[in-house]
Amino acid sequence: MVISLDNVFGIHGQALSLYSQRSSILAANLANADTPNFKARDIDFKGILSRAANKKDDASQMKATTPGHFGMSSNSLTAQRFYRQPDQPSLDGNTVEVQKEQAAFTDNAMRYMATLRFITGRVQGMMTALKGE
Amino acid sequence: MSLLGNFDIAGSALSAQSIRLNTVASNLANAETVSSTPEGTYRARQPLFETIFSDAMHNRENMGVRVRQVIESNTTPLQQYQPEHPMADEKGYIYLPSVNAIEEMANMISASRSFQSNVEVMNTSKQLLMRTLSLGQ
Repeated sequence: MVISLDNVFGIHGQALSLYSQRSSILAANLANADTPNFKARDIDFKGILSRAANKKDDASQMKATTPGHFGMSSNSLTAQRFYRQPDQPSLDGNTVEVQKEQAAFTDNAMRYMATLRFITGRVQGMMTALKGE
Repeated sequence: MSLLGNFDIAGSALSAQSIRLNTVASNLANAETVSSTPEGTYRARQPLFETIFSDAMHNRENMGVRVRQVIESNTTPLQQYQPEHPMADEKGYIYLPSVNAIEEMANMISASRSFQSNVEVMNTSKQLLMRTLSLGQ
């Protein structure tokens, strides 16, 4: 098995940046919980990550076939945002549901922690391999 | 847009909510302030929040929140006939601000809850950042 240093962390590096992006969006939702006409947003996490995981055999991705084409950025995941549908719409046009956002924020934080654990594990694995003790 | 940005977002919300708490305190403190004219009577204040959009970005990232303006309510002051009052006008009337104490208390609780949840966001972001900084150790 050949281990390339480039993909030691696999998808976890990208996932980490996506989690931090999502945490910002959820923090903005929570900050605007009392702003009239604010629409809560989120990103489609599963879709983006699965697209990143099987990028090579993804037919929906545009391919750069001539040098004039702009390439798709390969190592940064662009997150598609969508607006949340509120269960109980409020009169002032605000669609933030604080309890949901808090749950999503905590969930996101836990996933971030889990990804960090995976990366730490990889680093420790590499260290063990290098030291050979 | 990263974990560090969360501090800006939550921080803006904290300052907006503290302005809201401030107006509540001002309204409650002045609930019994007597005046001799309807125009000179204290009027309840309410902050109006709006989202701060970082305009330079192509995909309008919404960031924090700020107080756009503090609105004075236009409800008519309460008129009371108290001729013995030192502030009474020549007809014997005094004017009291129409501050709804119950509304103000509800507003206060809502503001303090929002404040708490934003502090929670900051705490969690800080923990995540600290863990990220100590990665691989």
